Amino acid sequence: MSWVGKSALRKEGEKKLRGIAKYIDDISFEGMIYGTTVRSSTPRGILKKIEFLPGVNWDEFIKVTAQDIPGHNYVALIEKDQPFLAQEKINHPEEPVLLLAHANKHLLEKARKLVKLHVEPLPPVFNIEDSLSQKALVWGKNNIFKSYSIDRGDVETAFKKAFVIVEGTYETGAQEQLYIEPNGVLAIANPQEGVTVWGSMQCPYYVHKALLPLFDLPPDKVRVVQAETGGGFGGKEEYPSVICGHAALLAWKSGRPVKIIYDRMEDMVATTKRHPSKTKIKIGFDKSNKLIAMDIDFSIDGGAYATLSSVVLSRGTLHASGPYFCPNIKIRSRAVATNCPPHGAFRGFGAPQSIFALEKHLDLCAKKLNLDPAILRKSNLIKTGETLGCGQVIKEKVRISEVVERALQLSSYHKKRKLFLKHNSKGPLKKGIGLSVFMHGAGFTGSGETFLASIAAIRANEAGKLEVLTSNTEIGQGTNTIFSQMTADALKLDLKDIEVVQPDTSKVPNSGPTVASRTCMVVGKLVEQAAQDLKQKLISAQLLKEKYTRSEFLVACKRYRKEIGELKGISQYKAPPHVVWDEQKYQGDAYGAYAWAAYVAETTTDLRTFETVVDNFWAVQEVGKVINPTLARGQIIGGVAQGIGYALYEDVVWHEGKMVNNKMSNYIMPTTLDTPDIDVLFLELPYAFGGGGSKGIGELPLDGPAPAILNAMDFALDLELTQIPTTPERLMEKIERKTP
Amino acid sequence: MKKITLTVNGKKISVQAHPFARLLDVIREGLELTGTKEGCGEGECGACSVLLDGELVNSCLVPVLQANGKAILTVEGLSKKSLCPLQKSFMKCGGAQCGICTPGMLIASQALKKKKKRLSPKDIREGLAGNLCRCTGYSQIIESIQKSGGRT
Amino acid sequence: MRGYLPDYTFESANSLKKALSFCEAGAKPFAGGTDLMVLFEAGLLAPGKYLDISRLKELKGIKNSKTQVTLGALTTYSQIRNHLILTKQFPILGLASREVGALAIQNRGTIGGNIANASPAADFPPGLLVYDAKIQLISTKGIRTLDYNRFHLGYKKTELRQDELVLSVSLKPEFQKYHHFWRKVGNRRAQAISKTMMAGIAKTTKKTIQDIRIAFGSVGPTAARCYHVESFLKGKAINTQNIQEAKQLLSKDIHPIDDIRSTGKYRLRVSQNVLEEFLCGIG
Repeated sequence: MSWVGKSALRKEGEKKLRGIAKYIDDISFEGMIYGTTVRSSTPRGILKKIEFLPGVNWDEFIKVTAQDIPGHNYVALIEKDQPFLAQEKINHPEEPVLLLAHANKHLLEKARKLVKLHVEPLPPVFNIEDSLSQKALVWGKNNIFKSYSIDRGDVETAFKKAFVIVEGTYETGAQEQLYIEPNGVLAIANPQEGVTVWGSMQCPYYVHKALLPLFDLPPDKVRVVQAETGGGFGGKEEYPSVICGHAALLAWKSGRPVKIIYDRMEDMVATTKRHPSKTKIKIGFDKSNKLIAMDIDFSIDGGAYATLSSVVLSRGTLHASGPYFCPNIKIRSRAVATNCPPHGAFRGFGAPQSIFALEKHLDLCAKKLNLDPAILRKSNLIKTGETLGCGQVIKEKVRISEVVERALQLSSYHKKRKLFLKHNSKGPLKKGIGLSVFMHGAGFTGSGETFLASIAAIRANEAGKLEVLTSNTEIGQGTNTIFSQMTADALKLDLKDIEVVQPDTSKVPNSGPTVASRTCMVVGKLVEQAAQDLKQKLISAQLLKEKYTRSEFLVACKRYRKEIGELKGISQYKAPPHVVWDEQKYQGDAYGAYAWAAYVAETTTDLRTFETVVDNFWAVQEVGKVINPTLARGQIIGGVAQGIGYALYEDVVWHEGKMVNNKMSNYIMPTTLDTPDIDVLFLELPYAFGGGGSKGIGELPLDGPAPAILNAMDFALDLELTQIPTTPERLMEKIERKTP
Repeated sequence: MKKITLTVNGKKISVQAHPFARLLDVIREGLELTGTKEGCGEGECGACSVLLDGELVNSCLVPVLQANGKAILTVEGLSKKSLCPLQKSFMKCGGAQCGICTPGMLIASQALKKKKKRLSPKDIREGLAGNLCRCTGYSQIIESIQKSGGRT
Repeated sequence: MRGYLPDYTFESANSLKKALSFCEAGAKPFAGGTDLMVLFEAGLLAPGKYLDISRLKELKGIKNSKTQVTLGALTTYSQIRNHLILTKQFPILGLASREVGALAIQNRGTIGGNIANASPAADFPPGLLVYDAKIQLISTKGIRTLDYNRFHLGYKKTELRQDELVLSVSLKPEFQKYHHFWRKVGNRRAQAISKTMMAGIAKTTKKTIQDIRIAFGSVGPTAARCYHVESFLKGKAINTQNIQEAKQLLSKDIHPIDDIRSTGKYRLRVSQNVLEEFLCGIG
């Protein structure tokens, strides 16, 4: 009996359905008080003075400023540029300056409004162009956090030989993760016991890493515990470190447990969003419509601090040339600083931006070549043995042509294109169908996994169960369930024999962050290996034979614990032999494995209101072995829905570096009435180095919807759309510019 | 402060509360029933949905005085020992992912099922339009309700 | 929650008489809360005394007679959308109710609140305007009846005095022979705040417009009738030229602006297109 491949029920499902799962705001401690954050409202300047206006009794409030920090005032991540609390320089309009705590959260809110910050303004920059032209120097020597270059073949010579050259520029907007549970944490901190925080988060060890220098404490004096987490999508990757630090500082000073829960408005205005981007592409084709040269210039807006921008940029850069073979590729990319709150991780992590540009551009190329976009793509798909832009030779079998074929068949793509052309000749409703083809590399980029050197463990516990010990969090995507399935299979046990321990840095090893579609593929493999290690210990101790029954195994565990002691299997990441990456040259095997996909969107645009609705959607992908079909399908559909939002609805309105539509009523995510039924089909090609044979799945579904939808709209309206979100207002402008 | 009497999940309860306090806060903090969630505080996301005298409301928009003397159903009241058919169906069909919208979804679904026996996917989509879910893209929630049988 | 609770008092009135004396003493009425609680949450609700009027029987119910339909101020959107006779006689009110927020909002939001709160984006006023509704306002001094058309004075300004409550809205069921049209253009299909919305009714004989009434919301400080367009169209034939002229004239009646939800340009263009849709449909 094998659990992998079956739709095992969600491990923590019953708790969630009964409403008894404990999210952070559902937890309270005796003597707990509440914390809040006073933020600058000036985008850039020098903090001169903090004034406390009358209206509350200020003596009742705990106040924390940069001066109160016991250790170092930076949020440890990659660079050390972001302070927990601004000391002097203000770099964005939501910069935390002062923390307040009080037992009465309503009074706290009243007090927050009575703090006046005196800031001497400095000139800010708010977009990529102004940052690159150094309208003001706001970060480092040139406003650039990081840049990358890829050069493969000889692009200049190839363009000279090209039969057709097509150029285009594409832009994507910021996108808010909009997990339904806002950020929140709870902290206890004092010099005797150290610091403990509980919170809604994806990456407990990121928080741990950030709290060590903040308090100047050794690792065993800081404990981070994940509470049940109501969605993350990247939005709870790095920002929880900031909030945990804030709550811990207030707890440290007050000596009492401190809870900080952001309300929706604060969460939206202050925390990270997807990086806005701008991509210029120039592509050359030969006479047989083969790609012979690609020149891609990719820029992302990182906001005020470096945070994760360098790695977001890297993933975007490495996905920019797509699942195609082209002998000559030049890519230049950079992440720039602006005076907006830092942009950060969001499902897809740079890839949706560059893939949008390429997949949109290929439809434009097809138009110029007078070719069907599906046919153009099919004749350029990469094959086993060919080399990607980054120099990675595809060694595994690739089923991308089959994936594309299935998507075209399922959606009746060719038939509908003919049908819609006829339909669109009259009336205000214009129907379109569009395709996108893409791949997504799972796990950390390049040598990232080797540096992480993640550890997973399996432990036989007192209660006769096998505990899975990792720092990978359940945030809705199914970690608990798939780890249980993999462990049960590895040990030939039942699902009920497995428990997945809630991540707590005092109990679980560091198996890395819950990001980059790595949990199932990378950590899942570690979990399986740890299970094997545990089994070997039983066999070596002669408590178990190679062939055993479930009850023999459980008895053996019991005996081991009694006769020998703690029974734990451990595994640490080692790069598969086929993965070699040269960080210096930025070349090699960027990812251990890729998932491959073709998405088709069918749309209707109403020319009276310029509204577009996605009527049907087909998502076909090859993701290695599917561990749990129900959960996997849920991942795809959920990702596609976010992609529909990204394409059509979700517009962050900025004013002076600040999001001004920071409410759920004004930032528009799709409802049940704005999303179609989404058809999902998996093709499987098990990956030997992925847990249960899996490849990554979480981020993939956000890469494809936006270009597929805009390609459908372009087909319906005979336009060349280049920007998302394509709101009705933007579409109207585009149409009116075309037909004055 | 005022004494407020509510019948919560079939049980009569009195609490002291500011009459303008949000029903949501009274449920979560006063009654310690934390299954009802807050996602937006402006009646937009539906995570705080409860039934008030049998009608679906956003508890973040109801001052508790307006609920005085009325009956409230929260997610905790949907089932006793074993899960109700609706919850079981959510479990089986993948209707819950991160779980934060789930209590509100279940309550809104319950309200729908009470109003109409045979629900078309269109009825369900309209009935749940006030409950935002960022994880599922809704399809598996809609299937959960369709497959949950005629009664709850 | 950004409002500070101790800044507010909230009392329930168990009779209309008592409620009116509270209002006279400065209390502000609070019905379904779907607008006011949102302001409270954002810390934008004016502190002070609020009065729960949600239990006042005198403000409830839909009364039908042959010559008049009266909607109590506390009638909810759900009650309207589910009322068979009302939605038949005044289809726009039913359609508009269906599109307010989503079910939980429709169960709580009231017609009186929608009117008195006077948001330019309120979903009800355009329909009431084209149906020539009358509004009854009550205070300790008695009841006064106004043409609804005269109720809204400007941005968030109405005829309603501090000491008054909206008692009811009444309509004459005299539109059986009319074509009814409603279109709300929001930022999504549910839980949407409108960018423009139009209510229109028209009576035609042999492709000629006998009577026509058009009102828009979200495209000016208050919902408003479009008198330039109406008077142009009365007695005219429905043809391409007249429709185009009517569309052009619309810019005299509505004055949409840019805000975080949309642009003035979009609102005007789409309003014109929606008007066209209506006119094409009555021909």
